[in-house]
Amino acid sequence: MSLVDREMPQVVMTPDNIRSRRFPLVANLLVAVVAFAVSAVVVLTTGIGNWVLVIVLGGVLYLAGLNFAAGRVEGKRAARNRMWQAAIHTACLLAVLPLASVIWTLISKGAGRLDGDFFGTSMANIGARDANGGAYHAIVGTLEQVGIATLFAVPLGVLGAIYLVEYGRGRFAGTIRFFVDVMTGIPSIVAGLFVLSFWVLVVSKWFNDGNPEYSGFAASLALTVLMLPTIVRSTEEMLRLVPGPLREGSYALGVPQWKTILKIVLPTAAPGIVTGVMLAVARAAGETAPVLLVAGGLARINFDPFSGGQASLALYVYQQAADASKFAPARAWTAALTLVALVLILTIAAKLLARRNKLTR
Amino acid sequence: MAKRIEASNVSSYYGSFKAIDNVSMTVEPKTITALIGPSGCGKSTFLRSINRMHEVLPNARIEGRLTIDDQNIYDPDVDITAVRRMIGMVFQRPNPFPTMSIYENAVAGLKLNGVKKKSLLDDAAEKSLRSANLWDEVKDRLDRPGAGLSGGQQQRLCIARTIAVEPQVVLMDEPCSALDPISTLAIEDLMFKLKDRFTIIIVTHNMQQAARVSDKTGFFSIDKTGEPGRLIEYADTQKIFSNPSQKKTEDYITGRFG
Repeated sequence: MSLVDREMPQVVMTPDNIRSRRFPLVANLLVAVVAFAVSAVVVLTTGIGNWVLVIVLGGVLYLAGLNFAAGRVEGKRAARNRMWQAAIHTACLLAVLPLASVIWTLISKGAGRLDGDFFGTSMANIGARDANGGAYHAIVGTLEQVGIATLFAVPLGVLGAIYLVEYGRGRFAGTIRFFVDVMTGIPSIVAGLFVLSFWVLVVSKWFNDGNPEYSGFAASLALTVLMLPTIVRSTEEMLRLVPGPLREGSYALGVPQWKTILKIVLPTAAPGIVTGVMLAVARAAGETAPVLLVAGGLARINFDPFSGGQASLALYVYQQAADASKFAPARAWTAALTLVALVLILTIAAKLLARRNKLTR
Repeated sequence: MAKRIEASNVSSYYGSFKAIDNVSMTVEPKTITALIGPSGCGKSTFLRSINRMHEVLPNARIEGRLTIDDQNIYDPDVDITAVRRMIGMVFQRPNPFPTMSIYENAVAGLKLNGVKKKSLLDDAAEKSLRSANLWDEVKDRLDRPGAGLSGGQQQRLCIARTIAVEPQVVLMDEPCSALDPISTLAIEDLMFKLKDRFTIIIVTHNMQQAARVSDKTGFFSIDKTGEPGRLIEYADTQKIFSNPSQKKTEDYITGRFG
């Protein structure tokens, strides 16, 4: 028995016939309706679960029913293709669902406090009975802390990746790559503790008459530790994607290696590197634990990242969500919405900036 | 400007693997030399060792002497970038810089080597693009990306880029193998034109091409996989293709190889 005969016993396929019957869309929908109806009846009448189980069981029944029904009409191979397609679409939908849900929740609950007060004032002198109060101090804190952390992490990370890809050979480079991987797994609270014990409790004393001091800068250091491995690894991958012949083309013109890296390799990889950096920025902007540990949070506006406690948006969300005031949850939601919007705006801006250098196609 | 290349007893290694064994040949200035032979016989390796491009791979090294007008390019005090400026290279696949326009690609070598004067760059761009027979096709869209050209145009752009830095020798590693016959013809015409100014060494799998364009031909071969490649015969193209002195050469060019 040939492979074709074994795979498609029901379908008449001779060398003269390359057509087969198609499973119509109406039938496809019918299978779906029947599957979910059966699932609903079974689950709800026996009382073994609620609507979640109805959907799960209905989905499974639908896929099985589709495979069976389409198999009768189209043949085994086409039916299997149809079933996997349906499965993949379902998986895609399931993956997008939480995202849509998060965005919807943020907007519906966060829109209430999108006012001038929220973006113009801090939490100084705001009591449990005050409806106003804002996150200006937290926005300032987030921008300063993440900004400084980016200033540290991007040059270090990109240069480190350049070393690993263009210069690093042998055991030393391998060791560095291993430790970068290890760093990726450092929990943010550990990074916060490290900066607390090293910077806040030791180094900051030298600048503050012997007293340890919270600061936004300490938070920046902790965020740098968190951003660095992400930037190194993503930049490394992007640099490796730059084809070798491009480098050779440049060498063949008598261009030295450092200039080839600077003028050929980096610009070619730039869009990907920017994406990696923005992922790291987004992660850093959402970190709460290290900021809480080393910047402490502060209810009033502090523009100076080098002295005194500082809030951040993530920390603000954390504090407001736990606050014993009926007005606090609204503030937390709006702050969360602001944080997401901020990261989104930064990402879009960075992408546009990276694309600007590109030639028009 | 064109210079003489002399290889004596050149052997090339990748780590412990010997890729070519004991190659000696002299390439006269202002000639075209073709290197032919089956895949893996080391002709590209030999070509790449002429401008030290094989050193891009780790553990690659070479034994023997390779001189350009009596200067050994493997002397320890030789500046590798100077060697590569003197000996340009065109690769198998067109590799224009994707972030650069046609104009920037053409003068990339000059710009990256520090030439800043606009008028100088403009002249060089026009001159090299004209030499590469590309000027008329691209003169109205010099600011468009180089990667947007057709394969044959891209390859001519790469040739323009190579000759813009005024090298003395141009190495070509199967420059037409990714191109259609018309683009191939355009590049062969170009090679005849460039012969007046440069020494050209070309690796090709196309024996008709070797017969058409070259003055001298070198035939490389290997006994079997894992063995180093050897230069079997090096003579006038006329002689190689009509009356080769080696049996192996004859077998190869008549298609009775392997």
